[in-house]
Amino acid sequence: MNHWLTAPILIPLLGGILQVFMGYAPISLRRTLAIATTVLLLVSTIVLLVLANDDSYRLYAFGNWQPPFGIVLVLDRLAALMLVLTAILALFCHIFAIGGADEGNRQFHTLFLFQLMGLNIAFLTGDLFNLFVAFEVLLIASYGLLMHGGGTARTVPGLHYVVLNLVGSAVFLISVGMIYSVTGTLNMADLAVKIPQVSGEGLNLVKAGGMMLLVVFALKAALIPLCFWLPKAYARATAPVAALFAVMTKVGIYAILRVYLLVFGDSAGELANLGMDWLFPLALITLAMGVIGALGADNLKTLVAWQVIISVGTLLAPIALGSEAGISAALFYLLSTTWTVAGLFLVAELVANQRGTAGDRIVTAPKMRNRTFLSVLFLIGAVAAAGLPPLSGFFAKLLILKSAVPGTDMAWLWSAILIGSFFTVIAYSRAGSIVFWRTVEGHIEKPKPLSSNVSVAAGTLVALSVVIVALAGPISDYTDATAAQLFNPGGYLQILDMPMTPEGK
Amino acid sequence: MELLFALTIGVLTASGVYLLLRARTFPVVVGLTLISYAVNLFLFSTGRLATGAQPIIGSTGSYTDPLPQALVLTAIVIGFAMTAFVVVLSLRNLADNDDDHVDGHQGNDHSQPDQSKEVTGK
Repeated sequence: MNHWLTAPILIPLLGGILQVFMGYAPISLRRTLAIATTVLLLVSTIVLLVLANDDSYRLYAFGNWQPPFGIVLVLDRLAALMLVLTAILALFCHIFAIGGADEGNRQFHTLFLFQLMGLNIAFLTGDLFNLFVAFEVLLIASYGLLMHGGGTARTVPGLHYVVLNLVGSAVFLISVGMIYSVTGTLNMADLAVKIPQVSGEGLNLVKAGGMMLLVVFALKAALIPLCFWLPKAYARATAPVAALFAVMTKVGIYAILRVYLLVFGDSAGELANLGMDWLFPLALITLAMGVIGALGADNLKTLVAWQVIISVGTLLAPIALGSEAGISAALFYLLSTTWTVAGLFLVAELVANQRGTAGDRIVTAPKMRNRTFLSVLFLIGAVAAAGLPPLSGFFAKLLILKSAVPGTDMAWLWSAILIGSFFTVIAYSRAGSIVFWRTVEGHIEKPKPLSSNVSVAAGTLVALSVVIVALAGPISDYTDATAAQLFNPGGYLQILDMPMTPEGK
Repeated sequence: MELLFALTIGVLTASGVYLLLRARTFPVVVGLTLISYAVNLFLFSTGRLATGAQPIIGSTGSYTDPLPQALVLTAIVIGFAMTAFVVVLSLRNLADNDDDHVDGHQGNDHSQPDQSKEVTGK
């Protein structure tokens, strides 16, 4: 039992509840408290990362119930990595938001913190039904955040997003029910023990349940054919919200990694590697679809939203191939792409604010006030996202390419990633040259100067791609160890035997 | 009893899916509600159907699995909140676009007044 594990859930919960009752307090006070909460959250996740770095599993059992009977939180390397990734992203999105984007809705900070709470529960939970609850918590907060800032343009994409996710939740519940009806448990460690023993007619039920679960996770991760809701919704959301949503698709990827390596992993008997042969071609098609969308995008935010889909395809392809090196490379790419895409969303917003009615559309417009600063940020972001040297995207994609085992799969993976990257470069250079270089004479209302909050937030998120390169050694050591830990599910199963705290202590 | 139960779930799901595929928000909301009823009944049945049994060991001769009941309770609460939200969102859609079509406008009308309004409004 380790009580630290509850910190990433309790901190945003308490901070969020505080914000609920402070709707009419001065905005500076609300902002200070909200940022303090996010900073505390970041500190607690770093503590957990240090704890997880010794390769052991840590357990928190609610109500001191011995697993598999109660709900448990489990901390391992993967969970800690996702927590830190989210907390760093959230801090910079939050700093950007207090530059003015949080006005207009008194509950913005509440929703933002509850969203973080939902994400953190999803990363820490060791129970399939609790994962469903976490998804619902983060989704209902995201519905509110997506609609934040008003404007009728957000209603229709918001409606599509909500309805799709409600259907997804229904499918999630059905698949959880199917799995429970055969195995009689929902604890992931216990499932990993029970699934190999399933036989007879129960086998097909579990198989159907497992495949439906994959559909749900694919919807969250925006895998083709379930990805068409994403560009519209993300492109219309407020910039810091869109940037925070860069991690939402990664929750789906995290869930696929967790459930399909632990429960339906190599040791799952007849159900081993369920669905992974479907995942690989779909991931490559998703990548291609994302590139086509990026080439056809008519504004910067839509371009970045399609970049989210490109990165989902690039991430899931090596995960579906299922080699240890591939998963380590995918985790490295996960860090790089999440922060870069988020940074690009913020940069697109800053560009839009300085171009009058042209906004972020890829058309010629009068010269921007801070053109040099913004174009450098866009350049760094685009280079990192497209995977050109010397930034982190290049090294991540190189690791993914290197991890492929020679064969047909390798040919497909290499050609998809390399051709895809080439066309991504074309999409970014087309957008960048029109937006930043082809200026026309004209008068636009003088925009407000960039505040330090927004430029620091956007600049740092984009610059993290340089930091990742500088720290590439320690980071890839960590992702290697994470992949090794994921491929040794025996360790995870030991949480079933961990002794509980005796009464009275 | 099993046949009746299965038929009920099947009819609820089929009606729900049919309504969900309508292009207006009101049938979509009703369809989502029907699907969530079907899902709740399905979850309830995952602990096997039993009559006259209590979820407490030793209170009666036979007992029933208490966990699906707890799951259903959670699912009902979440489903209720989500339905409330989607109803409000549908009303907002109706008010913003003067149309309860899920795309905000009919298929043959491709003008998007909402977008241009927001751009020039700044």
